[in-house]
Order: sequence, then C-alpha cells, then structure tokens
Amino acid sequence: MQFICMNLRKDSQEVLFLVLGADILLHCLEAHDVDVVFGLPGGVVIPLYDRLKHFPNIKHILTRHEQGAAHAADGYARATGKVGVCFATSGPGATNLVTGIATANMDSIPMVCIMGQVVKELLGKDGFQEAHMTGICQPICKHTYAVTDAAQLPDIVAEAFFVAKTGRPGPVVIDIPKDVFVQDVQVPYDNGTVRNRIMMKYTPCQVNKEKVSKVAQLIQSAEKPMMVIGGGVNTRIENRDVVYSIAQKADMPVSTTLMARGVFPANNPYDVGMPGMHGTVEANYTVQHCDCLIAVGMRFDDRVTSNVSSFAPNAKTIVHVDIDPAEIGKTVTVNFPLVAEASEFLDALHDALPQCAHKAWMEEVQQSRYELKSPAGSVLPPKETFAFIDQYVDENTIVVTDVGQHQMWAALFLNTAGPRKFITSGGLGTMGFGFPAAIGSQFAFPDQNVILITGDGSFQMNMQELAIMKKFKLPIKICLMNNGFLGMVHQWQKMFYEENYSETILDSAPDWAKLAEAYNLNYMRIDTLEQCNEQLAAALTSKEGWFIDFRIDANADVYPMVPAGKGLDDIVVGE
Amino acid sequence: MKHKVAVLVENNPGVLAKVSNLFSRRGYNIESLVVSDTEDKTISRMTIVVDGDERTIEQVTKQLHKLVDVIKVNDLTNDDTVCRQLLLVRVAADRETRGEIIQLMDIFRARIIDIGRRSLIIEATGDESKIEAILKSLQPFGIQEIVKTGISAMVRSPKEK
Ligand SMILES: Cc1ncc(C[n+]2csc(CCOP(=O)(O)OP(=O)(O)O)c2C)c(N)n1
Ligand SMILES: [Mg+2]
Repeated sequence: MQFICMNLRKDSQEVLFLVLGADILLHCLEAHDVDVVFGLPGGVVIPLYDRLKHFPNIKHILTRHEQGAAHAADGYARATGKVGVCFATSGPGATNLVTGIATANMDSIPMVCIMGQVVKELLGKDGFQEAHMTGICQPICKHTYAVTDAAQLPDIVAEAFFVAKTGRPGPVVIDIPKDVFVQDVQVPYDNGTVRNRIMMKYTPCQVNKEKVSKVAQLIQSAEKPMMVIGGGVNTRIENRDVVYSIAQKADMPVSTTLMARGVFPANNPYDVGMPGMHGTVEANYTVQHCDCLIAVGMRFDDRVTSNVSSFAPNAKTIVHVDIDPAEIGKTVTVNFPLVAEASEFLDALHDALPQCAHKAWMEEVQQSRYELKSPAGSVLPPKETFAFIDQYVDENTIVVTDVGQHQMWAALFLNTAGPRKFITSGGLGTMGFGFPAAIGSQFAFPDQNVILITGDGSFQMNMQELAIMKKFKLPIKICLMNNGFLGMVHQWQKMFYEENYSETILDSAPDWAKLAEAYNLNYMRIDTLEQCNEQLAAALTSKEGWFIDFRIDANADVYPMVPAGKGLDDIVVGE
Repeated sequence: MKHKVAVLVENNPGVLAKVSNLFSRRGYNIESLVVSDTEDKTISRMTIVVDGDERTIEQVTKQLHKLVDVIKVNDLTNDDTVCRQLLLVRVAADRETRGEIIQLMDIFRARIIDIGRRSLIIEATGDESKIEAILKSLQPFGIQEIVKTGISAMVRSPKEK
C-alpha cells in the first residue's frame, strides 16, 4: 500500500508523497477542521468511503436519504457558523442533494457538498448513474468545481471552503470522478492555497466609518427611526448584545425577520418582532410609519415587504447594509446603500451613536402593540401551547422548525436566546428540512436542548432519519404539530379559494405512538393545555429523545396575515 | 436602452453556461454575445449587449461579478468605444443586377466573397448602423440569408493633445 500517513506532516511543505486522491481529499477536509460529515455511499464513492477509517477525526453520519444529509450538514452549519459538509454518490445520490443545496443557497448557509462522478472516460456518454451535477447545481449554489486531477484537490478544497464561508456565504459543490479517488499522485503536499484574485474578490471591504457616522446622524435626526435585522446578523453571537445596546442608545424599535428570530431579546419596549406576511401588528405598523429604516443583513424578501410599492411609505431614508452589493437596490429602492459585513457595521454604528431620544415615537410603537386572541373554545390553541413550550426555551436551547403554520407559530411565539438558536428554512421554505437540520444541530452541540417544531406533512417528508436518532440516542425533542392537514395550504384555501380543500387533508397518518416505539423513542400525546402544564416538563427537560404528538387545534390558523399582493397596512388578525 | 458590457472570465469549461444561465435565470435579455480568448489564453472576453434600464444593468453587472469565474465586468455604454460586427448576407443577383450590387457594396466597403449563378455572398464589418444600412440597401434585390455575429467592442485609446 502506498499510503503514507500525512497527519504527521500536515505543516511541512514541498515534501513529495505518493498518495491516493481519496486520502488527499480526506486529509484536506481534516485540515479545514471538518469533524462531521453527513452522507450515503454508492458505486463511485466506495473508494472514498474505503479510506474513511484512516481519518478518525472525521465522523461520518450515515443518513437514510441524501436529502437528509444535505439538510443535516446545513443544520450543522447554521448552528455553528462553520461549513457543513455532505457526501453523495453520482447520479441519484447527487440529485437527492439538490433540494438541500437550494435551501442552503437561499439562506446563505456555508456548505461544501462533495459528489462522486462517473469515471472521466465515461463523462458525457450517459454512463451508469451519470448526471451533470455542476450544470444542475450551478444556478442554486455559490460555485461549482469539477475536479479532473487529484493533484488539484488541495487547492480546490481550500478554495471551496474559502468561497463557502467568505463574503456572503453559500453552498459550494465539488464534483469528483471515481478515478480521481483512486489516482496515485505525487504532490508536493500542502493544505492548498486560495488564489489571490478569489481572496480579494470575496474578502469584504472594511466598513466605511464616515458613512456609518452619517447613519448615526440619520437615526438621531429622524423622528421615527427603526432597524430591521436579518439572517446576516447571525454571523456573530455577540450581535444580540450589540443590537440591543444600539436599540437603547438610538431609542428605536428593532424588528427581526424570520432568519433573525431570536437574535434580538424579546419582551422589551424595543422588540416589535417579525415583519411581513405573518409578522406582528406592531412590526408592520412600525415599518409602515417609520421615517428612517435601517436594514441590516436582510434582503427585502417579498414575504417581508409584501407589496413593494406600498412598503414603508413614510420612510424618507432607507439605509441598506449588506455584504452583497447585488442585494442593494434589488427589490426596494434604497437611498443610502452601505456594503459591509453586518457585525462590523453594528460595531461601528454602536461606537458612532450618541444617546438619542425618540420618546413620542417609542410611545406610538407601544400603542400599536396588538395581543392576538385564540379562537374561543379551542382545546389546544397554538398560541397558548407554544407559550408552554417557550417555558423550556433557554440559552441552551436550539429551536429548529419545518415549514408551514407550525413554523410561523414558532417564529411568533418562541423566544430563542440569540443568533443561531432559531433554525428554519426561510428563503426556499423547504418542508422536510426541519428533522435532518435538527439532527445536524444536535451533532454540532450534543449538550444543547434541540427542540424540533414540525408538522405532520413536513415530518413525513424526511422521517426516515429517525434511524439516526435511534442509533445515536439523540435527545432531540420532536414536537409534532399534528393538525391532520397541510395546514398552511389549507389556510390559503380557506381564505382565498372558497374552502376548496383540494388535496390538503393528511388522512391515513401512521400510528405515531407505534412509529416512535419502532425507533425506541419516548412518546407522549398532548390533547389539552392542562396536559401541557402537567406533562411537557418531563419530556422537554429530558436527556432522552422524545416524540411529542400535539393534537393542535386543526381549525386554528396563522394570524396576523397580510394577504399576498397587499400592502403591510392590510393586515388580518383573526377570523 | 441597450448596454454593452465587457466581461473578462476565466477560460474554464462551463463558464459560458454559467454566464448565460445567470441571464436566463434572472430574466435579463441578451441581444448578442461574443466570446473569444484574449492575449492571455487563460482568460476569455465576452462582449454582451443587453437591453434594460439602469437598474437592470446595475443588477446584471453586480450579479455577474458574484460569479467566481468572472474577473472583471465593465459597462462600456458610456465609454468611447469602437464597435464592430461581422455580416454575411446572401442576396439574389442575376446578370442584370450584379453590377449594381457590386457598386453599391463598394460604397460601404463591403466585399463580395462568393458569386453564384443566381446569388452573391457579401461580407461586411461595421457598427450596428452601418450593418443596418447595408441590409436596407440590399432589400430591393431580395435577401435570401443573413448571418451576423454579435458586437465586439474595444475602448478607444486616449488621444494625444
Ligand atoms: C417540499 C415542499 N413541498 C410543498 C410545499 C408547500 N407547502 C408549504 S406549507 C405546506 C403545508 C405544511 O404542512 P405541515 O408540515 O403539516 O405543516 P402545517 O402547516 O400543517 O403546520 C405545504 C404543502 C413546501 N413548502 N415544501
Ligand atoms: Mg399539518
């Protein structure tokens, strides 16, 4: 065997080795601090998997579906801020990653997806399990690399990690033909270098202090300033305190988009919650009445702005701070653009801000607060149910959600404690994301309490990954908001399609108790608020995994709601 | 309004697909695209003519710049440039009209590159307006086939004072 253990010589350069492509790849992953990889093998990546046992620092988690692997790597990345890594074989294995890659791309999550490919000789000839993955993935990822020679691997891997996490983060695809894994190469070995041009292209420019001072002045001289923060603010844990301190100094309300839920502390005069389609009344009121809007690390998604032409009509100034220049002016006309990394901007703004006073405006904002009412006679109304769950959400809790009504309830009613503690598929809205992402988060932080808020529709999209929970005895708390519907679509049918409930009824659900039992999970069924009160503590504070089957009120819908196409002023708060 | 955008890209496989994909995905309209290698073989240059308002063009350049393979993006619209495109046109011509066509093409400094029994092939280079003028002048004779390249553009050198 020609393999020479490289770990011993990681730092030495210009040493000649004869090694397998697979070893180079795995070594490079180790060098980039990869400790967990999610994946599933197949023909062309057997030579890669064959070498795994020689790299004990890399723990490979075998998912039961590649979509699970992609979302798990994504969840890991969201929880840690590190680059998530997944493996898949060529063809169907790789195409199964696609939804996961698109999901990460829309939310700017750093990932490196390593895909096997048919041998070079067969490329382009419709070889067995060939799919043109760089072509398929190009529009849904940050960059793709097609490797043709194992000697390129150190540089490509180094650049892939750099590109994935630098500037605006995103997923990067590396497509590797089978023969590259088994290629014997002589490499003067190092950990790879990133080309200068790429380094310069993505390294964010330093924040322009003069412009930041101008922003501080704008806030001070405005009558009704506000700040909206988005996913970009998750880049640093300290941002929770920095933004709160900015709010105090500026004396202005702060709204958090879905991607930034939990970043800003709740239950204080400055917090107005989430803006947009399912945003709070006070957040939307604030947006519509502010005269100066400071947007940081968010991208004016249509779910946030609703009808753009009537968005923030009184804002004389919109300041848009984003790391990606292409986001500025993309949907909303901005009169104060500022390209900067969110954390750097926040620090600079914090320094530049004098103590301001916007007493009348803060009072007006408090006046706008609206207490949502649950439907009368509801046995397990969402708002109150989530209030019980929220009792167990603390600084050691990561909440992960799926997509649907339960996601919006989680966003509206749970108060997570800072950046990277609320994990959800925002931009793509991918049902089936939640459970594997919760698995990825739990592997990232084995000691944290990971609470999954999922729906009966979403959970059934990736529930095969229960096997991982069983195998590793993961203490995830699966909270299934079981309403027997594809609830969110059902709600639209109720509101906008004359109650024509076409294909949104989820009958023939599995016996959830038996399913939990089949995977050695604790099971609990919650039908009433009293049961929440009496039983939830045992499950949500447990060191074991739980499956909690909430028979949530099937008729309860998500309010507030701004119907699609309407302006944020047209807000429906209940039936 | 039409904009001429010059894009320097790494000469990697798939780079043309990446650029054209970006245009189709974001709904930008390519009028024409010319691509070839440059004085440096590892770098290709694309000249793209795209139709859109200022905001669209700003998005085009910003989005292009985000691609890893893209080295530089320049909007040449407001620069002093020379623009050329190549035209091949087959026009009906018999013994009677041939002379007249040849004379006409002389004025445009276009060349006859193939003579058949009933038609001619004419080659011309020039900016868009010249190419249009040539085609217009040939219209009455009966145009049978047109092949055009897109526009290639180069910024003029600074002039001595
Ligand atoms: C993969 C995928 N398919 C379809 C949709 C459209 N969709 C959005 S929400 C939703 C219903 C989700 O049902 P469930 O998980 O039970 O959540 P609920 O709304 O009932 O809480 C659907 C089908 C989607 N977002 N993702
Ligand atoms: Mg449901």
